[in-house]
Amino acid sequence: MAEVLAARRGQVTRTGPAPTDLVCDRRSTAGSVSQRACTFCGSRVVLYPIADAVHLVHGPVGCAVYTWDIRGAVSSGPQLHRLSFSTDLRERHVVFGGERQLEECLLELIDKHSPSAAFVYATCIVGVIGDDVEAVCRSVAERTGIPVIPVSSEGFKGTKRDGYTAACRALEQLIGTAPTDGIARASVNLLGDFNLAGEIWIIRDYLQRMGVEVVANLTGDGRVADIRRAHGAGLNLVQCSGSTLELARMMQEKYGTPFRRVSYFGFEDMAEALYGVAEHFRDTTMAERTRELVIEEIQAALPIVQDLRADLEGKRAAIYVGGAFKAISLVKALRTLGMRTVLVGSQTGNAEDYRHLAVLCDPGTVIVDDSNPRELAAFLVEQDVDLFIGGVKERPIAYKLGVAFCDHNHERKIPLEGFVGMVNFAREIHASVTSPVWQFVPRKEQARGTSTFSGKRS
Amino acid sequence: MDGAAGHSSDDGPRTAAGAWAVDENAPLVTRTRSEREGPVLDHTPAAVMDRKALRINPAKTCQPVGAMYAALGLHRCLPHSHGSQGCCSYHRSHLTRHFKEPVMAATSSFTEGASVFGGSANLLQAIDTIFTTYSPDIIAVHTTCLSETIGDDIPTIVSKAREDGLVPEGKHVFHASTPSYAGSHVTGFAAMVAAMVNNFAQAPSTKVPRSRRRESTPQITVVPGFVEPADMREIRRLTRLMGLEPTILPDTSGVMDAPQTGTHDFYPSGGVTLEELRNLGRSVATVALGRWASRAAAVAAENRCQVPREILDLPIGLGATDRLVGVLRRRAHQEPPADLLDERGRLIDLMGDAAQHFHGKKVAVFGDPDHVIAMTEFLSDLSMHPTHVITGTPGAAFEKRVTQILAERVPGAKVKASADLFLLHQWLKNEPVDLIVGNTYGKFIARAEDTPFVRFGWPVLDRFGHTYFPTVGYMGAIRLAEKILDALLERRDRDAPDEEFELVL
Repeated sequence: MAEVLAARRGQVTRTGPAPTDLVCDRRSTAGSVSQRACTFCGSRVVLYPIADAVHLVHGPVGCAVYTWDIRGAVSSGPQLHRLSFSTDLRERHVVFGGERQLEECLLELIDKHSPSAAFVYATCIVGVIGDDVEAVCRSVAERTGIPVIPVSSEGFKGTKRDGYTAACRALEQLIGTAPTDGIARASVNLLGDFNLAGEIWIIRDYLQRMGVEVVANLTGDGRVADIRRAHGAGLNLVQCSGSTLELARMMQEKYGTPFRRVSYFGFEDMAEALYGVAEHFRDTTMAERTRELVIEEIQAALPIVQDLRADLEGKRAAIYVGGAFKAISLVKALRTLGMRTVLVGSQTGNAEDYRHLAVLCDPGTVIVDDSNPRELAAFLVEQDVDLFIGGVKERPIAYKLGVAFCDHNHERKIPLEGFVGMVNFAREIHASVTSPVWQFVPRKEQARGTSTFSGKRS
Repeated sequence: MDGAAGHSSDDGPRTAAGAWAVDENAPLVTRTRSEREGPVLDHTPAAVMDRKALRINPAKTCQPVGAMYAALGLHRCLPHSHGSQGCCSYHRSHLTRHFKEPVMAATSSFTEGASVFGGSANLLQAIDTIFTTYSPDIIAVHTTCLSETIGDDIPTIVSKAREDGLVPEGKHVFHASTPSYAGSHVTGFAAMVAAMVNNFAQAPSTKVPRSRRRESTPQITVVPGFVEPADMREIRRLTRLMGLEPTILPDTSGVMDAPQTGTHDFYPSGGVTLEELRNLGRSVATVALGRWASRAAAVAAENRCQVPREILDLPIGLGATDRLVGVLRRRAHQEPPADLLDERGRLIDLMGDAAQHFHGKKVAVFGDPDHVIAMTEFLSDLSMHPTHVITGTPGAAFEKRVTQILAERVPGAKVKASADLFLLHQWLKNEPVDLIVGNTYGKFIARAEDTPFVRFGWPVLDRFGHTYFPTVGYMGAIRLAEKILDALLERRDRDAPDEEFELVL
């Protein structure tokens, strides 16, 4: 078995006759080359796509730079979220406090860009020097007349997951601040979809065809005015459960808005999500329309996917993504392509998701929580995978090993949600897995026993 | 509060076209953009307003990422970020986006407790975990804003780790102080390189007799600065051509441009070795390329092992490369070989051949101070006019130096340190240029102003292959000149009316 950090043994398991429950939701071991990020990162990725707000990072310049337009969260209108705003705290602010700097920045920013709202992200240092960010936000909100919302996202406060919570608290402050007149009974909010490569537009299109109104996108292609009346929607659809499930729970408690956990990846889960909506609104014509929609979409998509499947049948895949809920969808989607998942893991999965994965995957599949490059590389070789699905830090590891790769994270450039997304997913995987480049990888040449310079290609 | 109740769907239709062609050649991407006027990415007003506090679109980042990059150029060293988990994650991602390589580094994973009681326990555990699991030879710790502000005393913690037996025999832990609220990524790089010298360089115990020194190839230390792996490799080649054996400090070639082998090496083959670091005192000189990124290490080497220092510009462009060759010539007591003179000759040949295309073109340059200073001189030698020159890194010496370079040719040039790209964009709206030279972040300005753009410096997040080709030395200057010409002539071809669209340029 590939080498695993002693302190991490509980965070790795294999499916089989006696799989163990995975230890998860714990801090990374200090000194581990973890693939995880921090609280600030969690807040920033959730709120960032709100396109008509300004997002001011209160701290030294780095945190603003590393989150400047790194995620293709597409907006159909304003692009304000794609600028990088920082209070650029210097040594004197660390000594004397950064509140004045923050206030001046906010006033300049709001004056310059007339945003619909402002989010102020606290970074590590703000938590230590003791700036009263809330007080500054309150005072600026009063002076400017727009919502100025503090996000309590000091990096050291916890994991990325804690950052999701802080983001949900921030959204909580916006929701319920505008009238809900005219919202249809059959209406939803889309939670946990960040409109990467325009994905949320695909989902909105399906819902529109079903006769469902979308009140607010949370947060992909999001607008402040929509979010303020989100409490008027009849249902919350929660995708990427890690990031916004808490907001859904809060809205259920405060406004009685029910929610459903959904995934838009793969035929099965996409169809199930739409049927679930129709079922929720107990509308037979809507249910009929949904059936028609699903049939139409799958009829169009299936032949392409099946065609690609011929080359992918039996290939072995590894998955390492942010949340385990997404991993579940990916295992199913890969199965649609005839591929077998032999390694699956996430940065922030919870026990329930991991149990689900253990049941879903074939025997012998390795399941990991909060893994690291050495462990992942060892498992990728041990499990002899043909494809790795992950994010920015996983990509170069796959390529170094000579393994095909698909970015299912911030850096995906094509929409992977919806039925059309499944086609894109299949095409992307097919392109990478069947790329001629992998045959030249020295490790594989050696394994095949072919001589690199014999002038023959096997 | 404005109490707006309107549904913002009037931003334009946001639905995807549900029907997409079922055909093999169908576009992979199905998306719908606003059908009315396209979204406006350019949020920069032309009027330059006085900003007292706000930083928009920074032209720098924080010290720790520079320290991490420097430490990757030390053989079998694992960089360690003493701070929250996110710092390490962001730096690794950012470096990966530029180098397209895996970046290995560990973190102290600070918690709320650490922020109150200090990060000593975290660092001790980290040192233990790292040596037992990842077995590097060296751990290079760098601090962050958080650990600096709470006041962790790293040397004391490291001593404790040694006392507790957490540092195996023959292994090392050292650190550089790199708070994010001071300097920039460039000064963070400088601090880490200086720390390498201060922790490992030894004064030679006995003076090597002059006669013996003559026999073997003299050794020289070159501190290359925050440059590409290919630049470090090129500097090694140049130095060897001049008859000197270089120690490149640090050396990320073979680490951040490691070849594909089919295996993932946690510690690739490259990097300056501990042995080389210890022997820095045997060098005839330490040549620092770039005042911002490299001077500190050269000063440290002089103080610790009495090796004289030479502070030069980054050898980007003709003049700066000449000055480097001049210093090497003096130290090697050897004239440049014919091969090197030929390279120089080819560069001048190209500069002459294409002179009419370079002449008088206005250029905006931004990036790291050492890069920008050298590039400004090169552009000026190409008869171009760098009219707007900024760096995000603080330091009045930058403005002085650039102004001095441009004093004769472009007396009215706008030059500013500690600036940001929002300001540069505002300047360019008021006074357009023919070319922008800088890192990836310039693409927003280049697009908004429809200006040709040459990617140069760090980071380049949206192109490939840049880590393989040097911009230093005569060959690097040839490459830069070609890139500039390509950008200018592509634009000329694009904009030429049919009757003026010419085959031969």
